[in-house]
Amino acid sequence: MADSAVENIDVQPVNKKENRALFEKRKKIQPKKARGDFRRLKWIIMAVTLAIYYITPWIRWDRGEGAPDQAVLVDLARERFYFFFIEIWPQEVYYITGLLIIGAISLFLVTALFGRAWCGYSCPQTVWTDLFIFVERLVEGDRNARLRLDKAPMTASKLGKRVLKHGIWIVIGVLTGGAWVFYFADAPTLFRDLFTFNAALIAYSSIAVLTATTYVFGGLMREQVCTYMCPWPRIQGAMVGDETLTVTYHGARGEPRGPHKKGETWENRGHCIDCNQCVAVCPMGIDIRDGLQMECITCALCIDACNDVMDKIDLPRGLISYDTYAGQFDANPNKKLKVRFVRPRTIAYSLILALVAAIMLFTLLNRSILELNVIRDRNPLFVTLSDGSIRNGYTVKILNKTHDTRRYRITAEGLKGMQSWLQLDGPQDHDLVVIVPEDSVSSVKMFLSAPADSLSSKTEDVDVIVTDLDTGQVEVQTTSFKGPDK
Amino acid sequence: MTEKFEKDEISGTQTTGHEWDGIKELDTPMPRWWLWTMYATIIWSIGYWIVMPAWPLVSSYTAGMIGYSSRASLENVMSEAAAAHATDRAALVTTELSEIQSDQQTYQYALRGGKSAFAVNCSQCHGSGAQGAPGFPNLNDDEWLWGGSVDSIYETIKYGIRSDHDDTRLGDMPAFLDDELLEPAQINDVAEYVLSLSQQPDLDAEAVTRGKEVFAAECASCHGENAKGLREFGAPNLTDAIWFYGGDKETIVRTISKGRANVMPAWVDRLDDATIRQLTLYVHSLGGGE
Repeated sequence: MADSAVENIDVQPVNKKENRALFEKRKKIQPKKARGDFRRLKWIIMAVTLAIYYITPWIRWDRGEGAPDQAVLVDLARERFYFFFIEIWPQEVYYITGLLIIGAISLFLVTALFGRAWCGYSCPQTVWTDLFIFVERLVEGDRNARLRLDKAPMTASKLGKRVLKHGIWIVIGVLTGGAWVFYFADAPTLFRDLFTFNAALIAYSSIAVLTATTYVFGGLMREQVCTYMCPWPRIQGAMVGDETLTVTYHGARGEPRGPHKKGETWENRGHCIDCNQCVAVCPMGIDIRDGLQMECITCALCIDACNDVMDKIDLPRGLISYDTYAGQFDANPNKKLKVRFVRPRTIAYSLILALVAAIMLFTLLNRSILELNVIRDRNPLFVTLSDGSIRNGYTVKILNKTHDTRRYRITAEGLKGMQSWLQLDGPQDHDLVVIVPEDSVSSVKMFLSAPADSLSSKTEDVDVIVTDLDTGQVEVQTTSFKGPDK
Repeated sequence: MTEKFEKDEISGTQTTGHEWDGIKELDTPMPRWWLWTMYATIIWSIGYWIVMPAWPLVSSYTAGMIGYSSRASLENVMSEAAAAHATDRAALVTTELSEIQSDQQTYQYALRGGKSAFAVNCSQCHGSGAQGAPGFPNLNDDEWLWGGSVDSIYETIKYGIRSDHDDTRLGDMPAFLDDELLEPAQINDVAEYVLSLSQQPDLDAEAVTRGKEVFAAECASCHGENAKGLREFGAPNLTDAIWFYGGDKETIVRTISKGRANVMPAWVDRLDDATIRQLTLYVHSLGGGE
């Protein structure tokens, strides 16, 4: 063998290449197409969610003259948010907060009941990645064909497929960004402007940015977005309990796993034939047989794949199925799924959800179309007039949320002998009427003066009253009237 | 040593070789995208050096390809702002002051501009809320030394009071004691009388009667027979609740003895006409305008 004169040293290079990889390359996942109930469900949800996304900005909603007729519109220029019958001013942004709270609690509730159902079915990242994988399969074939293509040297045919795939992805990205901007402007007008190059620069740049993010997240990064960028997988540990329905491999029934030939006995072995179909279809590149993992988005495609196999080898379905943590230890293949949906945790989430929704509904239904803000001058706090009376200044803001021009009378009550007048009018003029155009705020300066002896303390309460002269609606705000130290 | 550091069996990742109380640290590789992001920022910074002003030289700096400078950009913004204001400012100067008040667009522009010009030029003496101070009148109230109409206010701001401008408003409160016009006792009497005009309590009735004669002889020529003041001389009304320098007896005695001659500068040479008009309308709007 070796020349005895040469000593064989037992050594390894300290900086061997494979040991000094500081940066890990992403290992590409080529998921195989799954067939079955969950795959069908995912197609349906994809169609519904995409339809909602693309159709919503085109729904019209008549709000009368002078107001946009788009059902859902974030009007940044005029600072209004429209959602069907709801119309929100910037100072009512707490409705959005309420909506976000409802969204968060709903997510908690759904996660407590069904695990990461949001991640698996309706998260935009999942829907678009699914769409991108669909395109990839259409152009390059299913998993095996794609694996071969990846290894194959670059030829004209491979290049063509690659260009076609990325081209379609980018088109999807453009359409995604293109639909997004319609939520921020009148959709038909913007649609025309986009093609005649009359749209605002921000519209084009928004489309460009969203095209890039859609292409990168859906086409290139895929599962990395879920695993590295999204906080939800890390939160799920706090949301998921022993009784949460998640995609579960029944280890008690499946193990010990191993290859199985037709006709062999199923005695003393598990039902898992280690065919790896569940691994091949997984878009996250994990093995569900390792148990519930942070990476698992519970898309249930492994359930479809395994059920297919179970049918072929004449075993009951459900080796992998939706089940609770507790349920996976039952080895009986024909067991019934037992889930306690009503538990303290789900009751608590439901109650909070109902409470927040009720508060939101109540405030929305009682939303005033007339609002009044009275801001007292602080500099100077008060002014002594030549006849010894005390004057205070106020800025009165009247918010007319209707779509008509309205006339409002401003009056003030609270002190004996108090006079009120608007800036410019002078104390003699008592016709305190303000005209506020539709859907806008008017701000007027008001002065109140009262004889010094009508104040019994340094600070007195006065009411500023605004009356809508057309409807008689009255809005009152109590403010203070300040005088010298008593 | 056959391997540099031990590999973790479960994750297959190399450890850092550090160990504390049996706890070892994984040397988990960074993801590639992180590395690319870092490279991208480095490339970005090189591009930035080329395009934008970046490196200081001995007496200048590298200007960058697009010639950006924050000073020029400020000048641009300022001249854009000036251009945007041009129409409103022109309207301010060409329209009669009293007519501006019925033109909402110009009037609101004037009030906003007046407010900021007031903060810059006037608040030092009159206070940020125009509330005044002893010797500096409160512009919110309804007493005006020189008149509270827009035209009077305009003239006051323009030429000032006792300023060095030829058209300035003039009016002197003499120093009756220092110039030996009155005896201390007479000053005491007239001070008592002045206090009685605004119904102050605890006065010496005899002194008031004596003071009334002194007032008629020495003071009425400016302050008026009824002591309600004369705007021609900027002489204040002594019968109302508002005091320019202070309404206690000590201050009144001091005012009569030493005289008063506070100055309001003339603004005509310091501010342009549009700004003076803005200030006029703003001051007029504070609540006491006539």
